[in-house]
Amino acid sequence: MSYRLESVDKEGLGTSPGLKERNYFGLSDCSSVDSSTIPSADKKSSSLNFKATELRLGLPDSQSPQRETDFGLLSPRTPDEKLLFPLLPCKDHSASGNKRGYLAKSGSNNAPAAKAQVVGWPPIRSFRKNTMASSTSKNTNEVDGKPGLGALFVKVSMDGAPYLRKVDLGTYTCYQHLSSALEKMFSCFTLGQCGLHGAHGKERMSEVKLKDLLHGSEFVLTYEDKDGDWMLVGDVPWEIFTETCRKLKIMKGSDSIGLAPSAVEKSKNKD
Amino acid sequence: MASVSLLFVTLLSVTLYINIKSFILWDQSQTFLPSLSDSVLMDRRFPFKVLEHIFSFVDSNEDRNSVSLVCKSWFETERRTRKRVFVGNCYAVSPLKVARRFPKMRSLTLKGKPHFADYNLVPDGWGGYAWPWIEAMAARRPLLEEIRLKRMVVTDECLEKIAASFRDFKSLVLTSCEGFSTDGIAAIASTCRKLRNLELRECIVDDLGGDWLSYFPETSTSLVSLDFSCLDSEVKLSDLERLLSRSPNLKSLKLNRSVTLDVLESLLRRAPQLVELGTGSFSDELDPEEISKLTKALSELKQLKSLSGLWDLLPEYIPVLYSVCPRLTSLNLSYATVQMPDLIDLLSRCSKLQKLWVMDLIEDKGLKTVALCCKELRELRVFPSGADLDETDVTLTEQGLVSVSEGCQKLESVLYFCVQFTNAALVSIAKNRPNFRCFRLCVMEPFAPDYRTQQPLDEGFKAIVERCKDLRRLSVSGLLTDKAFEYIGVHAKKLRMLSIAFAGDSDLMLHHLLSGCESLKKLEIRDCPFGDTALLENAAKLETMRSLWMSSCFVSFGACKQLSQKMPRLNVEVIDEHPPKTRPDSSPVERIYIYRTVAGPRLDTPEFVWTIHKKPEVGVSRLAIR
Repeated sequence: MSYRLESVDKEGLGTSPGLKERNYFGLSDCSSVDSSTIPSADKKSSSLNFKATELRLGLPDSQSPQRETDFGLLSPRTPDEKLLFPLLPCKDHSASGNKRGYLAKSGSNNAPAAKAQVVGWPPIRSFRKNTMASSTSKNTNEVDGKPGLGALFVKVSMDGAPYLRKVDLGTYTCYQHLSSALEKMFSCFTLGQCGLHGAHGKERMSEVKLKDLLHGSEFVLTYEDKDGDWMLVGDVPWEIFTETCRKLKIMKGSDSIGLAPSAVEKSKNKD
Repeated sequence: MASVSLLFVTLLSVTLYINIKSFILWDQSQTFLPSLSDSVLMDRRFPFKVLEHIFSFVDSNEDRNSVSLVCKSWFETERRTRKRVFVGNCYAVSPLKVARRFPKMRSLTLKGKPHFADYNLVPDGWGGYAWPWIEAMAARRPLLEEIRLKRMVVTDECLEKIAASFRDFKSLVLTSCEGFSTDGIAAIASTCRKLRNLELRECIVDDLGGDWLSYFPETSTSLVSLDFSCLDSEVKLSDLERLLSRSPNLKSLKLNRSVTLDVLESLLRRAPQLVELGTGSFSDELDPEEISKLTKALSELKQLKSLSGLWDLLPEYIPVLYSVCPRLTSLNLSYATVQMPDLIDLLSRCSKLQKLWVMDLIEDKGLKTVALCCKELRELRVFPSGADLDETDVTLTEQGLVSVSEGCQKLESVLYFCVQFTNAALVSIAKNRPNFRCFRLCVMEPFAPDYRTQQPLDEGFKAIVERCKDLRRLSVSGLLTDKAFEYIGVHAKKLRMLSIAFAGDSDLMLHHLLSGCESLKKLEIRDCPFGDTALLENAAKLETMRSLWMSSCFVSFGACKQLSQKMPRLNVEVIDEHPPKTRPDSSPVERIYIYRTVAGPRLDTPEFVWTIHKKPEVGVSRLAIR
């Protein structure tokens, strides 16, 4: 249930003197911070319809409640607009997306880029967040020495998708099974090529269902193992994979460079 | 205030009665006693010794502050007798002044950074340095015995200075502090021979290894409490064992996570008198013999009242804890990733529990059990288990809190993280539990309305503030309009601390709060759409408060300047990590922190903090001494 901070098309704002562009979350996108001005307190008296230009916060397809009063929230955006991040993360993003919003996981330098998160929300102390982060990376599957007890749930996230899913690795028997299930799950988003391979060229999903116009790149399936390293899926035998996999991520092909590059090359050569 | 005056009148009358009787019975040479015709209550000749005796019954600093306002002689007597000094904002007053005012000071408590620093809203380097205080006290108050710091920057230098300067030093409690390493701790351990309390609560420490533990004196120590739960590295088992063996007064021990389960038994054997125990990791594999030894060792802790730690507690180890459950008054499971139904086995045995911290893995079902079994519960905190907001398939809903509010008559303090809520639930909770003193609800999805009716949560919070007349602390969340804050302003007369995020519609919201909440001392707001007007209209209110924090709101630079000019005893600090090249009055300000002070603008601001100058033409000044 993640959400995004998004901005709306600003053309409608040009004509109204009372409505100013607002960076509701104190965005660190510096240029827009400078240009915004403070709205007057009696904006309610304006007769313009603010709804169309209203910025609302919500899940992309959800119906946010209709608000009578107008105030600046961020509305679902079209995919190609820039994500707006609050306050601090200007420098976080230049630091190769090490941090997951406010949650800094120590040691996982290959973690994928941060999702849009609000700084300091929910209000949990860093000590607790850091402790829980290292807890979950130890205990996600909780099947140490006890196969069969409990499901092998892992989170699956995808670049560009607004929320995560969870899959039970125990219900699949091989990579192909997993990949087709994931494909179905994420087909409403864009799913390009999955860099799954093995010795079986045929089992690779070669069809591109829906090319992502913005990113224009392939997607590869990666996972985080119990040491916190991000690897390409398909390198190890299935059984070992289910034991060591902690999280799955469908990444853009360009982001996966640096993760077992030889595997990527191998899959390309198998064409 | 009424209770204080009553106490005084009573004490004075009692003292006076005794004096009068003795006056009649004794020699008339007892000339120091006031004659009956004088107005005795405020008589300046009322001897210091008598006042001092009376004041010794006054513990609370708030009462003492009131006492010191009565007249000069009371001020003098009070200041000469105050032993425990509390400064809620280390920048509100200079260390020198405090040192001079209280010659008998034995304990000093200081708080530094604003509360929202806990959630990464205050950049590193903001301030809150302990050094000036420690330096001042070391020079003037060498008999100081206790230092308690919260959200301050403490360096190894500070710790070494403490160790070197206070020969009777007994107690160091650091909460959410940072800036020091284990070397500093070693200095304290080795030099402070009378040390009783060494507690590091959720501090960020540069952990250079576990050697510091070996620096305690080889002879028996006077340790009463030791908390190193926030440290990462391993301490040597033999060091710890020997320390426990020679610390017969140790009542509270909180281990860090790297102390493994297999050594716990040996430690507990050496400290059966423990009242508070924070275990290390609880997930290592033990064989049946080890498990039974550990169970026995725990059952030997006859005085144990508080249990915490329990990192990664495995379900199969829960029976090990059964023996201590019936005596427990405090249980912290907030790092124990145990799920239902295993939690029920544990909680149903804790009938004396007064304080419970747990994760949302407890679910509504578990909270129902708590409501049935833990009738003494006073404080409940439920933390989210998922690191991201996405992990919300745990079945903890508003129902959980409703059940607890129904079943636990003594419940007065709640911190509850939940994905969404309803007005109906809030109204039930308020009806069930009008005795709340602290109510902090964090609806994790910003702007989430009542999920059944899609209405804002205004009516729900209205019920809370209407019914809970003693409410001191409130955190609101979810979809809220100005109306909610109107209700808070009207009803929450005893409210001292209020935290708001993603709420309200306009300046009215702030206006309601500042004009209505009479007892308000700390207000912290983030991401709300208002600013200037309400702030300027209620400027005088700000001097009655400790501090106001506003971030990502619509406060303009011009308003900050005006506020600062209007109110000479407020520091208006602007925190701006991306300052614009020019600063017109209308430009917005990222974050402001406003606090009352008699110490003037502080001299240790980093480059991203500006104290608005009192002279309007100067605009912004940065008084920084590097």
